[in-house]
Amino acid sequence: MEPITRIHGRAYPLGLKNVDTDAIIPAEYLKTIKRTGLGRHAFEAIRNDPANLFDDPRFKGAPIIIAGDNFGCGSSREHAAWALLDLGVTAVIAPSFSDIFSGNAFKNGIVTVVLDQAAIDRLMEVAQDHPITVDLETMTVTSPLQDRFAFELDPFRRECLMQGLDEIALTLTSEAAISAYETKTRSLG
Amino acid sequence: MTERPRTLYEKIWDAHIVEQRPDGTCLIYIDRHLVHEVTSPQAFEGLRMAGRKVRRPELTLAVPDHNLPTTRRVGENGARLPIVDPRSAEQLAALEDNVAEFGIPYITDIAAEQGIVHVIGPEQGFTLPGTTLVCGDSHTAAHGALGALAFGIGTSEVEHVLATQTLQLKPSKTMEVRVEGKLGFGVTPKDLILAIIAKIGAAGGTGYVIEYRGSTFDEMSIEGRLTVANMSIEGGARSGLFAPDEKTFAYLKGRPMAPSGEAWERQVAYWRTLRTDEGARFDRSVTLDAAEVAPSVTWGTSPEDVVPITGVVPDPQSFADPSKQTAARKSLEYMGLEAGTALSDVAVQHVFIGSCTNSRIEDLRAAAGIVRGRKVSPGIRQALVVPGSGLIKHQAEAEGLDRIFIEAGFQWREPGCSMCLAMNPDKVPPQERCASTSNRNFAGRQGPGARTHLVSPIMAAAAAVTGHLTDVRELMREGEPA
Repeated sequence: MEPITRIHGRAYPLGLKNVDTDAIIPAEYLKTIKRTGLGRHAFEAIRNDPANLFDDPRFKGAPIIIAGDNFGCGSSREHAAWALLDLGVTAVIAPSFSDIFSGNAFKNGIVTVVLDQAAIDRLMEVAQDHPITVDLETMTVTSPLQDRFAFELDPFRRECLMQGLDEIALTLTSEAAISAYETKTRSLG
Repeated sequence: MTERPRTLYEKIWDAHIVEQRPDGTCLIYIDRHLVHEVTSPQAFEGLRMAGRKVRRPELTLAVPDHNLPTTRRVGENGARLPIVDPRSAEQLAALEDNVAEFGIPYITDIAAEQGIVHVIGPEQGFTLPGTTLVCGDSHTAAHGALGALAFGIGTSEVEHVLATQTLQLKPSKTMEVRVEGKLGFGVTPKDLILAIIAKIGAAGGTGYVIEYRGSTFDEMSIEGRLTVANMSIEGGARSGLFAPDEKTFAYLKGRPMAPSGEAWERQVAYWRTLRTDEGARFDRSVTLDAAEVAPSVTWGTSPEDVVPITGVVPDPQSFADPSKQTAARKSLEYMGLEAGTALSDVAVQHVFIGSCTNSRIEDLRAAAGIVRGRKVSPGIRQALVVPGSGLIKHQAEAEGLDRIFIEAGFQWREPGCSMCLAMNPDKVPPQERCASTSNRNFAGRQGPGARTHLVSPIMAAAAAVTGHLTDVRELMREGEPA
């Protein structure tokens, strides 16, 4: 995974709450055996509307999405994260995220930034005409209009994102502890 | 020194810590891993690219379910019939190749035991109390019905579990959902979990593991508990737990993959300790009175959009939260419904009885009880009954349930995920409406433009025979089993 410290660019002001994983990527497209190529089907139902945000030239290719509560709720499909990544999105800002989605996002180098609804409302306005910056170094979301919102990120996740760590390789350094655990608990063997 | 009282969740968590980092992240051992064809190909590909092996293949069990057509799988000559959709066929073939390459136990698409991954886990005794169990599917929460700490994971985590038999996790907060009393006439565990989701909201359980407690759950069958735990994720909670009890042990005893003999006795003794201690604290407690739950139906595109069948479609203005008002307006537009319409006046064209939420023998028996002696309404284009596994199908046939459904005009299908998620040929066409026993009413979930109303199996059966959403109590006699 590529290390990430800063995401800068336009943001899709989506704003909706409960954006579910079926909306991000419908099940029909989960039949792939690859991780790539899902971007063109991302938000398909929304994109059926010709006036949709994702095909609006002002936002096209934006690396950030601004959304409402409970973004990514529903299925565990990591295809939702892959579809966002393939669309060029590497940060989502919302008041809350589903647990499974935020884990999947993080493992694919997508930053999930939690801000309160007031900050979201402000960024929704700003995003209409201006770019936004998500900075992992300073843990802030900023705009050229002098907005500055601090956010928190799990320290372990932050370190993995900023160093681009392979989590499996990291876990395998605990091989001795895993073996010791297995020896201790033979109950299921 | 006395030990600090712990919740059931804390007991299972503590028993699975391999390592703990100063920031609180734990390396948690995973006892059981279920794999299906949709969320695993990229994980196996990742292992291959990195030259990694599966650490404990015997702790994983694979079965195909999402893509499989629910029509006949074997032809007259005994040979497998081809899967028509080439992409589904490719994904199913990839699973077969991957389990063979990595040595993972596998139930094939035509095995008698094949079924939906969350149905076969408990059925085979693969799911056991006190274990950690994961699967690349959010409805893995279902297995919590047996006292397993079970949760859905993404494909990167599937790969992580295959390679290391562990996950890097932070402990969750704990939520007690306490329900006391008897469920009313015509009210099922499905109605109860819908009521719970309506109360806490679709994001109410985010960050929490729920423990279901109280006399209503004590009295509930294992099948009912599986329905409740299954939908924990629709309330945002990755896991839902029930403390294992005598019903759990009776359900598991003698199952093919459950321990037997002396090992069984030893395990049961341990399982009896898996209860929340007196005085243990939950981060949040929610209570409901079972008597207040009615046969329910969803009206919108979030599982929190629940009303009693006797109710009306709500006015978006009636919600306090402005973002919920917007969401409700969009939902009603998508659903083709107007505020104030009585739910029982809403005609449906499709009925689906199945999915990992409601496809077990008890569900089929209850639905058949409503259907018996009645006919599917002429307005219904498709009425499907899809048993959760081959063994359930076989059992239902032995009891004659298939005849009841078929004579009424239902289609009796092969096991699989079917019309729950629009990944196989069973779909609801655009702008058509389905009374469905599945778990999600998201826009597009049952097919692009499809309109889903989540209901219990008996409510689905009632909608099938009347052609519209119906208060099932009108078709039942008081005193009859629901």
